[in-house]
Amino acid sequence: MFRATLKSLLARKVRLILSGLAVVLGVMFVSGAFVLTDTLGRSFDAIFADAYEGVDVNVAARPKIDVGETEGMPVVPEPVPAAVLEKIRAVPGVAEATGLVAVDGARLIGANGKVVASFGPPQLGENWTGESELVQLREGRAPQADDEIVVNRALATAGKVKVGDRVGVLTLQPKQEFTIVGVFGYSGGRDSIGGANEIMFTTPVAQRLMLGTPGTFSNISVTAAGGVSDAALRDSVAAAVGADFEVRTGTQLSEEAAAGMKEALSFFNRILLGFAAVALLVGTFLILNTFSIIVAQRTRELALMRAVGASRRQVIGSVVLEAVAVGLVASVLGLGAGIGIGALLAYLFSTFAGGLTLAGIGVPLSAVVGAFAVGLVITVVAALLPALRASRIPPIAAMQDVATPDRPLTRVTVAGAVVTAVGGALLALGLTGNAGGNTLATILGGVLFAFIGVALLTPLISRPVVGLLGAVFAWSVPGKLGRLNSGRNPRRTAITAAALMVGIALVTGVTVILDSAKSSIGGLAQDNLKAELVIAGAQSGPRPPSFDPAVLEKAAAIPGVRLVDGEYGDLAMVGGQRTWVAASSDIAALRQIFGAEPTAGDIDRLAPDEMLVSSDTATARGLSVGSKVPVQTSRGEARTYTVTGIYAASQLTNPVVLPAEAARGFTIPQPIQGFIQLAPGTRVADVQPRIEALLADSPEVSVADREAFIEQQTGQLDGLLTMIQILLALAIVIAVLGIVNTLALSVLERTRELGLLRAIGLRRAQTMRMITVEAVVISVFGALLGVVVGAGLGAAVVEALRDEGITDLVLPWTQMGIFLGLAAIVGVVAAALPAVRAARINVLGAIAHD
Amino acid sequence: MTATVGQHAQAAARASDVWKVYGSGEAQVVALRGVSAEFERGRFTAIMGPSGSGKSTLMHCLAGLDSVTRGTVSIGETKVTGLNDSGLTKLRRDRVGFIFQQFNLLPTLTAKENILLPLSIAGRRPDQAWYDTVIATVGLRDRLDHRPAQLSGGQQQRVACARALVARPEVIFADEPTGNLDSRAGAEVLGFLRNSVREHGQTIVMVTHDPTAAAYADRVVFLADGQIVSELIEPTAETVLDTMKKLDTPAEVTR
Repeated sequence: MFRATLKSLLARKVRLILSGLAVVLGVMFVSGAFVLTDTLGRSFDAIFADAYEGVDVNVAARPKIDVGETEGMPVVPEPVPAAVLEKIRAVPGVAEATGLVAVDGARLIGANGKVVASFGPPQLGENWTGESELVQLREGRAPQADDEIVVNRALATAGKVKVGDRVGVLTLQPKQEFTIVGVFGYSGGRDSIGGANEIMFTTPVAQRLMLGTPGTFSNISVTAAGGVSDAALRDSVAAAVGADFEVRTGTQLSEEAAAGMKEALSFFNRILLGFAAVALLVGTFLILNTFSIIVAQRTRELALMRAVGASRRQVIGSVVLEAVAVGLVASVLGLGAGIGIGALLAYLFSTFAGGLTLAGIGVPLSAVVGAFAVGLVITVVAALLPALRASRIPPIAAMQDVATPDRPLTRVTVAGAVVTAVGGALLALGLTGNAGGNTLATILGGVLFAFIGVALLTPLISRPVVGLLGAVFAWSVPGKLGRLNSGRNPRRTAITAAALMVGIALVTGVTVILDSAKSSIGGLAQDNLKAELVIAGAQSGPRPPSFDPAVLEKAAAIPGVRLVDGEYGDLAMVGGQRTWVAASSDIAALRQIFGAEPTAGDIDRLAPDEMLVSSDTATARGLSVGSKVPVQTSRGEARTYTVTGIYAASQLTNPVVLPAEAARGFTIPQPIQGFIQLAPGTRVADVQPRIEALLADSPEVSVADREAFIEQQTGQLDGLLTMIQILLALAIVIAVLGIVNTLALSVLERTRELGLLRAIGLRRAQTMRMITVEAVVISVFGALLGVVVGAGLGAAVVEALRDEGITDLVLPWTQMGIFLGLAAIVGVVAAALPAVRAARINVLGAIAHD
Repeated sequence: MTATVGQHAQAAARASDVWKVYGSGEAQVVALRGVSAEFERGRFTAIMGPSGSGKSTLMHCLAGLDSVTRGTVSIGETKVTGLNDSGLTKLRRDRVGFIFQQFNLLPTLTAKENILLPLSIAGRRPDQAWYDTVIATVGLRDRLDHRPAQLSGGQQQRVACARALVARPEVIFADEPTGNLDSRAGAEVLGFLRNSVREHGQTIVMVTHDPTAAAYADRVVFLADGQIVSELIEPTAETVLDTMKKLDTPAEVTR
């Protein structure tokens, strides 16, 4: 039996390769994700170990606000007073203690007048403390005067600046000019550590520009005297400085830093695994279909085996064994491809992130285990149903003609209805927020069940829908034959179409959600934003762009400008809770520009110790006019503010508005956005260039009219959409393979029929057209299902997000039309090979074909 | 005995010195050795011979389903030898009809659609009177909306016959049309094949190894070892059987 299985396997190489390819792609995603995260993880380990190599013990103060990696704000280190440095120097066992300033947010304006951007690695502003084992001057000298800086080689290259250049640098302060007096690199000939850009000032300048407090440091690096262990030193230093400071060894520090990066990486990993899951779901359909067709074609052979004494179990075993072989081969290939893809992505990542030195490509055990678990399990599970069906073939079938009767669709339809209902229920539960802590898992489960359920219902729908779709082509004989062929095996058509449905449904669903969000945001801005001009910039890294507050006053002085409002934003502790807060340069202008309405109190003015809250925040936290709330911003001491006004909840401002003075304590003490309302009759084109001129020293932002601003705001969603579409395109590619596979198998199965048609005069071109129509009908059917299911899922999510401000449901009709059109093209492409094969059939051989 | 048989001016199909060789070297098989034959219009000709005699090959070559190694084949005035695929397709579509041993109906189409398929492929409208006549002849009027799976073997073969007849081809080639039928169903099929020749002037060339089937023909051509060895006009089952017996012995020896 074993030999017979292997022989039949080898006899059907091509079709197994096609279905195996789906598994290969899925496995590739899984193992690629693991290889990528492992490689990057070890690279970061190496970088941080290096960066903290010269540090035995590090002393820092706890930041006032705890900010996560992905929250859109950098962490503000709490300044360490110089007195602490003196205290540490006196601790026995300390060889040397150096006060350091190393804070993210020093942005160099490059030779092209634009800020040298970073897409993740920090832009450090530091104090020069001399060369060390790690830091080495490559050119020039150390900074001595207040307007002298040195930069690392990576930054000099990226900004196209050199020693002797006069350059602008943005820090906590607006643009200031410096002379580059030196360029430094690192041990081992490196130009950057982990892609970070570094600018080093003299210590007083670094303290003023990066910390905002003279005479303080962001941290203190301590080296141990001979014979003192790092841990012992840490403990004695900790005892000396007291509980207000965090004292850690260099090893701890590098581990913590690496752990932070790895957390971000694991998020990335999960996204990749999500797409792998989609690819594998589609692949499962494909394998199920292939094995079903193979079993159907082998009915006679399997019946013969039963007739000569093979048991049911042996028949199941033979089909499952085939699946295991396919799964194994696919897993090995997928693993190989995954290692390649992982390495490639790691390389791209390192290049994109600005010279991250990669550790060697690693193949973690998780990649290997994941590849084989996924590849084997998926293939075997998908082959199980066909195997069971094979075992039910009666031995007598060997003697009869292979007329397999159409099995009724009742059972599969009932099962489909039940599974769809379960999926719907899970979705409803997840989307209404009744799933407890497992909202995401519940929604994903719901989507999965919905897909499987619809796939099971598809055979029932396929007859009428395919008939209807096919009617479009039925004007010609080949068209009519193709249409009849596509309706001839509803299960096969259904599974093939369902595979395409999954990809298209996900793309459509995501498009519905993002388009609805875009429209809602745009509509809101259109309705509520009463500003003709907006100053803003695109955010590329963790730091939102900002501009010089002086621009606001100067803009207000331009003739024709009626109102100017500069917006500051930050995360702060409000009443002990982390909350997004805003500050406005002109609270009265803010109200008019955003059309905010008070629900209680007064929102037109704000004294230095007063604050406004939005109505839903007030409700949620039990605040009312007169409530006193302690607020801790990123810098400075906590203050207590009195609520003097409550405004109707609006999507354009943060839930808490503080007076302009409070912005000095923000992470970025400069306005992030500026809104300008013009006096009636003033032309936008007259004012815009004058404001543009004011922004010459704030290259991170630009001034745009309202439409351009809305475009800019919603444009970020377009990027996200494109990314998701590209990743989901893979699922669609797999589905296309599925169509090719089904058609190829059908052509094989109908060899004799094709021979007859050719014998009675069907031309080659007509034969090809017949196969193409069949493919197009199947793929358009799949796309139609996908568009409908996707629009449904998207609409459900949009409905659930109504409270979050997504109030418009936008169905992307054009996109959906494009998907259907693409599906037709996909059908034509998928049909190409099988059609050529069908057209080349030898008429004589085909008629004699058994 | 490679003489050209049936020298009539009005040949529907003609083979002149046709050779067919499969393979090369040691595996070379010569299926036809210089066969020349004419098949007259309006007659029912049977090609007989023991298995391996080349009778099916001859028919396939005549019908343009297979190419010849040497010699020429013509249908009416058209030389089949040398036609390209589209020429052959057109020939098969417009001028030739087929009946196969394994019925070869399209399972997705009804009986009626199967019958009309060659005409719809050619984009021709059926001649209604002729269509009615064919349907009446094959006796399928109440089965027209059935699919092949719902028909018996005999009924399926009658559909296949109707499909060949309805386009009024110059010649119908039938390859063992009764091979898969019981004797009663076979007799029915052969009966109306003969009728279509006698009453409507259809030309039919049938390959068979069944003397009873051959007896329905007007003329029987005998093949052995790739050559035409004998011929019978107005055969009966007995004369056919006798000729076959005579052929069998030398044929076995030469093989």
